[in-house]
Amino acid sequence: MGKKNPILSQFKSACAICRKDMFIYYLKAPVLIYGLLFPFFLFLAFAIGRDISFESLLPTVLGLSIFFTSSSVGPIIAPWETRMRTLEKLISCPISLEFILLGDILAGFLYGMAVTLILLIFFIPFSVFVMENLFILILGIILSNFCFSCLGILLSSPATDNPSNIMMLSYLVKFPLIFISGVFLPINKLPPLGRLIAKFSPLTYTVDLLRYSSGKDHIYPAAFCLIVLFISIAVFLCIGIFLHRRNLPKRF
Amino acid sequence: MSERKVRKVWEKIGAKKINKVIEVSRLTKRFGNISAVNQITFNVIRGEIFGFLGPNGAGKTTTQRILTGIIEASSGSASIMGFDIKTQALYAKEQIGVVPEMTNVYVDLSAWDNLMLIGSLYGVSKRIRTTRATELLNLFNLYERKNEKTRVFSKGMKQKLLLCMALVHDPKILFLDEPTTGLDVQSSRLIREKILEFNRRGVSVFLTTHNIAEADQLCNRIAIIDHGKIAIIDKPESLKRAFQSVQAIEVSFSELIKDENELREIKGVNKAQKAGDKFRIYTDNPGELIAHLINFSRQQGLRILSLNTLGPDLEEVFVKITEEHRGWNHGKEKSNIESI
Repeated sequence: MGKKNPILSQFKSACAICRKDMFIYYLKAPVLIYGLLFPFFLFLAFAIGRDISFESLLPTVLGLSIFFTSSSVGPIIAPWETRMRTLEKLISCPISLEFILLGDILAGFLYGMAVTLILLIFFIPFSVFVMENLFILILGIILSNFCFSCLGILLSSPATDNPSNIMMLSYLVKFPLIFISGVFLPINKLPPLGRLIAKFSPLTYTVDLLRYSSGKDHIYPAAFCLIVLFISIAVFLCIGIFLHRRNLPKRF
Repeated sequence: MSERKVRKVWEKIGAKKINKVIEVSRLTKRFGNISAVNQITFNVIRGEIFGFLGPNGAGKTTTQRILTGIIEASSGSASIMGFDIKTQALYAKEQIGVVPEMTNVYVDLSAWDNLMLIGSLYGVSKRIRTTRATELLNLFNLYERKNEKTRVFSKGMKQKLLLCMALVHDPKILFLDEPTTGLDVQSSRLIREKILEFNRRGVSVFLTTHNIAEADQLCNRIAIIDHGKIAIIDKPESLKRAFQSVQAIEVSFSELIKDENELREIKGVNKAQKAGDKFRIYTDNPGELIAHLINFSRQQGLRILSLNTLGPDLEEVFVKITEEHRGWNHGKEKSNIESI
């Protein structure tokens, strides 16, 4: 048990938590329904019967998938583990709460990345990406998946042992965001109040980056979008850790 | 002192020289205005099984949760193998294996995967945790079912697996919270045997329980906690000796006694209880009482079918201590109110 580097050993433990989450939660019904089926049908409802080119759908498809998939794993873990009474055992292990949460975030992130990768492979034959923006696209996808996985962890912070309560809360927050973030309707076509609120949604910047990467009209410079995503990650992480730490004793 | 310094010192002096593996000083945990644990102080000596007894809601589980780093204390201090549980929590946690009271294994994982997960969280290398997991699963008769998801395991099998998970990193101290509650006789017996076996191998045990017989059978020392305060700490046999008044005689007569109150009026009887076809009579002086009982049976025209002297059992000691402690607390509260 000679732990030479505490941070490295904590990170290894976080990876073990992530592996556990992947085995247990990826195939749970709420994750499959809200992470895969829901955005798929939402996309179908938007696209079917409209005269929109396939390339134009790309930011919508990827935006929906990144947003819903990566944020679908986090909300289920804490209430599920509270209900199954496995959390107490986990907390008694030599891993800090921050790294337990990091493991959960990584699980959501990898879930989102896997689904995004499958979609990207599907889109490659249609060559909808401007090749010189590929680096920005990859960076944007990574940051966005991480950001929304952190959002999922933040949403799971209330001390309940009922996953459906958290899923409801989660959709109360996430559902309105897709309508004000330029996923279905470009931001410049939103009313002034909608445009103002859109500035506070990280999804706005994800969709804008995707539009930029596929050579479409975009509003913000790519670097600015990336910085906002970084800031969003920091904010979600800090608030999420604070709330989880505060609510932890109420879970036992 | 920094964590690195403490670790260096600990490595330098060697584990053998630390005699008190758990040190608790004036530990307090408040939930709002209620003190679940109130200024408790005790030590656990290397190699002993330390029983932590108390009625429901006495503060046993709260104390164990503080010591295992699950919740934080409101005040006071505690250390595990010299590591402060607040400032060096991760190092302290590395020294211990925990079976929490209401915990569960991951039912979506196999027994093997559960062990591998916990082993990796303790930083045990894959080679060692594989060897250790095989050894433990064999020891607890679970190896044949190592690849099955634990969803199908019985409560006893899950409890055995939890014990394996607590032992997979070879801890120096084992924290067990009600380890045999709700288990069948065979599983309880196996778990008790293994606790003793690991204790013989040098693992110190902190056993939280309200199973007094279990504590009597396993523990070197016992602390009785009530209303968040430690009422007494002693060896089980010393506790029994200190409470000679809970000695009893169990007597059975050939016929029913017409007036049981007459039995209670015999000189030297502290308390008499009917127990099936027998009477259990509590006394300070069993020898004298036997003579009185023989006289009583002659006077009543009864024949004594059986007569056994019973030493003070730990259950009676426990009841007496907690009752006295409550009475004392109540008196204290009352006198406080009166003085106000």
